[in-house]
Amino acid sequence: MKITLKDVENVALLSRLEFPENELATFTEQLNAFLEYADVLNQVNVEGIEPTAHVLPLKNVMRADEAKPSLARELALSNAPEQENGYFKVPKIMEG
Amino acid sequence: MDYEIVIGLEVHTELKTDSKIFCGCSTKFGSEQNTNVCPVCLGLPGVLPVINEKVVEFAIKAGLALNCSILPFSKFDRKNYYYPDLPKNFQTSQYDLPIAVNGYLDIEVNGETRRIGVTRVHMEEDAGKLVHSGTISNSDYALVDYNRTGVPLIEIVSEPDLRTPEEAKAYLEKLKSILEYIDVSDCKMEEGSLRCDANISLRKQGESKLGTKTELKNLNSFKMVQKGLEYEAERQADVLEDGGRIIQETRSWDDAKGITVSMRSKEQAHDYRYFPEPDLVPIVVDPAKVEEIRINLPELPDARKNRLMADYGLSGYDAGVITASRAVAEYYDQIIAFKAEPKAAANWLMGEVSKFLNSANLGIEQCPVSPEKLAGLISLIEQGTISSKIAKTVFEEMWNSGKDADAIVKEKGLVQITDTGEIEAIVDSVIAANPQSVADFKAGKDRALGFLVGQIMKQTKGRANPEMVNKLLRDRL
Amino acid sequence: MELFQYTAHQLQNLLKDKEVSAVDITKAVLARMDAVEGDVKAYITQTQDSALEQAKAVDAKIQRGEVISPLAGIPGAIKDNICTLGIKTTCASKILADFVPPYNATVMEKLGQDTVFVGKANLDEFAMGGSTENSGFYPSRNPWDLTTVPGGSSGGSAAAVAAGEAIWSLGSDTGGSIRQPAAYTGLVGLKPTYGRVSRYGLVAFASSLDQIGPITRDVTDCAHVMNAIAGYDAKDSTSIKVDVPDYTKALVNNIKGLKIGLPKEYFVAGMDPEVEKAIRNAIDQLVALGAELTEISMPHTEYALSAYYLIAPAEASSNLARYDGVGFGYRAAGNDIVDMYKKTRSQAFGTEVKRRIMLGTYALSSGYYDAYYLRALKVRTLVKQDFDRAFEKVDVLITPTAPTTAFKVGEKSSDPLAMYLQDVCTIPVNLAGVPGISIPCGFANGLPIGMQIIGKPLDEETIIRTAYTFEQNNDYHKRFAPLGEVK
Repeated sequence: MKITLKDVENVALLSRLEFPENELATFTEQLNAFLEYADVLNQVNVEGIEPTAHVLPLKNVMRADEAKPSLARELALSNAPEQENGYFKVPKIMEG
Repeated sequence: MDYEIVIGLEVHTELKTDSKIFCGCSTKFGSEQNTNVCPVCLGLPGVLPVINEKVVEFAIKAGLALNCSILPFSKFDRKNYYYPDLPKNFQTSQYDLPIAVNGYLDIEVNGETRRIGVTRVHMEEDAGKLVHSGTISNSDYALVDYNRTGVPLIEIVSEPDLRTPEEAKAYLEKLKSILEYIDVSDCKMEEGSLRCDANISLRKQGESKLGTKTELKNLNSFKMVQKGLEYEAERQADVLEDGGRIIQETRSWDDAKGITVSMRSKEQAHDYRYFPEPDLVPIVVDPAKVEEIRINLPELPDARKNRLMADYGLSGYDAGVITASRAVAEYYDQIIAFKAEPKAAANWLMGEVSKFLNSANLGIEQCPVSPEKLAGLISLIEQGTISSKIAKTVFEEMWNSGKDADAIVKEKGLVQITDTGEIEAIVDSVIAANPQSVADFKAGKDRALGFLVGQIMKQTKGRANPEMVNKLLRDRL
Repeated sequence: MELFQYTAHQLQNLLKDKEVSAVDITKAVLARMDAVEGDVKAYITQTQDSALEQAKAVDAKIQRGEVISPLAGIPGAIKDNICTLGIKTTCASKILADFVPPYNATVMEKLGQDTVFVGKANLDEFAMGGSTENSGFYPSRNPWDLTTVPGGSSGGSAAAVAAGEAIWSLGSDTGGSIRQPAAYTGLVGLKPTYGRVSRYGLVAFASSLDQIGPITRDVTDCAHVMNAIAGYDAKDSTSIKVDVPDYTKALVNNIKGLKIGLPKEYFVAGMDPEVEKAIRNAIDQLVALGAELTEISMPHTEYALSAYYLIAPAEASSNLARYDGVGFGYRAAGNDIVDMYKKTRSQAFGTEVKRRIMLGTYALSSGYYDAYYLRALKVRTLVKQDFDRAFEKVDVLITPTAPTTAFKVGEKSSDPLAMYLQDVCTIPVNLAGVPGISIPCGFANGLPIGMQIIGKPLDEETIIRTAYTFEQNNDYHKRFAPLGEVK
């Protein structure tokens, strides 16, 4: 077992997802199957190999500091599930 | 038992750019809610960030001013966590390759200079603002304003080199001063453009291993930083004395109650899952550009202080007070440029000018008396045209009317009386009118002389030259 | 032949010669949509009314004698993960079922006002999948055989063009999502070099791998769509600031002296013998047309799939964090914010999306980052180096696009790993960021087979020339899906 049910529960919490017990077990099984498959990566000698986060040789892509017009507020809020007085409205926040 | 306090500060400061770090929205403070927003800073599906070049320039500037090395290869990373003030639920920040590392700044506390390490300076985006109905714990909902989302920040992390809450405050003041000097931030704690979190732990004197730390938040002024740390140091000491153990946690300073409160969440420890931001390419800083920024750095507070001491003979204390704020230091330099005597200029700046500004709650930039006019006033004193005492009256008039010292003095007839004959006549009349005091003085009561001087000054409305009055009176008696 | 069966360049000529109007063409395509969409399910949103308006505007321009762009008046479909101003963009997810973008993707701006858009095409939710069965709404079907899948994730974009419900379309490709459905539906699909086409407005799945590209009926149309969408964009920091060639100049029927590499690692167990036979035949033809063949080795190919399925989910887990019920999209009721987040995401994301978010979160989490994500990035370097070395010797690489032809609906949906293996030939191309095109090269049991031609970075021209030469010496591209056969 690469990943336990408890690990999966923790990953679900980090991902802000929740699952019924049986689905959690299925996920654990499927994630294990993939991670075992991915074990093939351990056969590769990666010593001294730099990671590739970008395939492009680009650097220093920047823009000038110029303020541009913003969206009209109605448009900014047009997809909001809930709004009040020009604000996005969300349920209470328990944690600090 | 004796404990050593170990403090490290994490300071966030908003950079004063025109536009946000990754989009063209304005950074203007105090706009109506959700009006400085666009698809990019709202984190709408499909949007991409583009780095504001000014942010990188300002961050390098700050790094250099804090004696850091600028990393030749720097990149942005994503810091993943869920919070409703963060529309993408990740903050674009810098993790393992920040723009600047390994710097320091010097602080002075109780006449002793200490060098405090600056671990790193990194760039990141600010989050939005939450408005709670009632308090965070009892409100049914929260409202979100994303105007601040994406305003550029630099985070400046100190080494755990601070040993007292007072040092922490001095470090913050010095940092603010430097950032103001290099003109990258407004550093207004009350507007949240400068924010400070503090890590604090205790260890037994002589021990080298660090104790368990707590992180303090909600420190919204320099005073709160000091008070919060003082409280927390005592709290930790009490816990340790009682044989307890410090829990690593975040605590919030409650200023009204004067205590720190645990912010323990029911969630598990954060796991930010940093990884390289795939939507941004690396920053490879041209050493020539760094040199250019370095050369163009303005004179920093320490250098300026030393210059004031060396050139004008100011005391370390006076030079320190004047150079703590770039604006005050510049005002001072301008008074000197108008030929005011340096020590008198320093006294006036730290005395009357500062007193009036404080009571009117104004910054030096809003001072109604210009450096040129203040220099004029000071030279009237130097020339003996008016006395120091009269000068205070003149200053008040200058403050209220905006007129020149010269004009006020002439208009109100405040020129000092230095004519011996004129003063002699008044001295004689006062002696004649107060025989009892004259007798007392002659009987050895020195206080009687003071009374007589007072009478003379009263008759001249303070305009008589005090030294001459004293001399002539003694001669006559 | 019906109007909806023509290629874009053929229709363009008819328009220029005033033999038909843009409204005629558009009406023909809309009528076709009405007739077959119930079977094919290529679309999530149809924009019939605005399409007719756009067509009228193009006709007016033609009447006034104004110059029109090559795609003007030719109905196209847009994959529903590309943001369209004022038109719902759902990513085939319930979480964005009602999302209306207040902005246009850069490709939409580039295509401009002249283009006729008939609808937003179905896909696997957030482009995660290879069959369009993961759509949060309904699966699309393959017009060649309605019991098979059209591939994915750009299955709707491919099915629409194959069925005559659009003349051309845009897809997106993160691990093969343009090329594999093009192969399954007998079309031409190009994944450009990473950075060639702006990603601004493409809803991100895996940012370092995603590219938008065309799905068309022939290589000529592919070149025309590329001309319209390629180019630097200041809004995309990963877009490349180089001049874009006129891709139609690469439509040359000549590959004499072209060096073709055949990477042996792409012909492995699990491949349908019919597919392999078709590819080998195609290669023989290319050699007969003057190309020089070299068998080469790309030793890290077998690791690419594992690396991809760690990197892409890792990026996705972060990209998809914004679907939280706060600023836009679906929101479930919750007692507090965390409860709302969890319920919203759990109710509105489909299983495959959740699976990849979970996998990606795990790969990035503390304690596993080095073993999974970082190692995968290093393997990515090795995969890229394989391509760099190969391109020192050859001009293009030829491989199958997919190991099999279109599979049956439901055949692989219970086995995620089996589904992932369908991407084995296309994934390395995304990891390396190089361009790849799939063109039809044969049939097996009535289903199309795709050949993948891979090029050097920014050298789309050579793969277009190779594809064009093969196409012009065959007539696979002229066959229309039986659903479209007009008796």
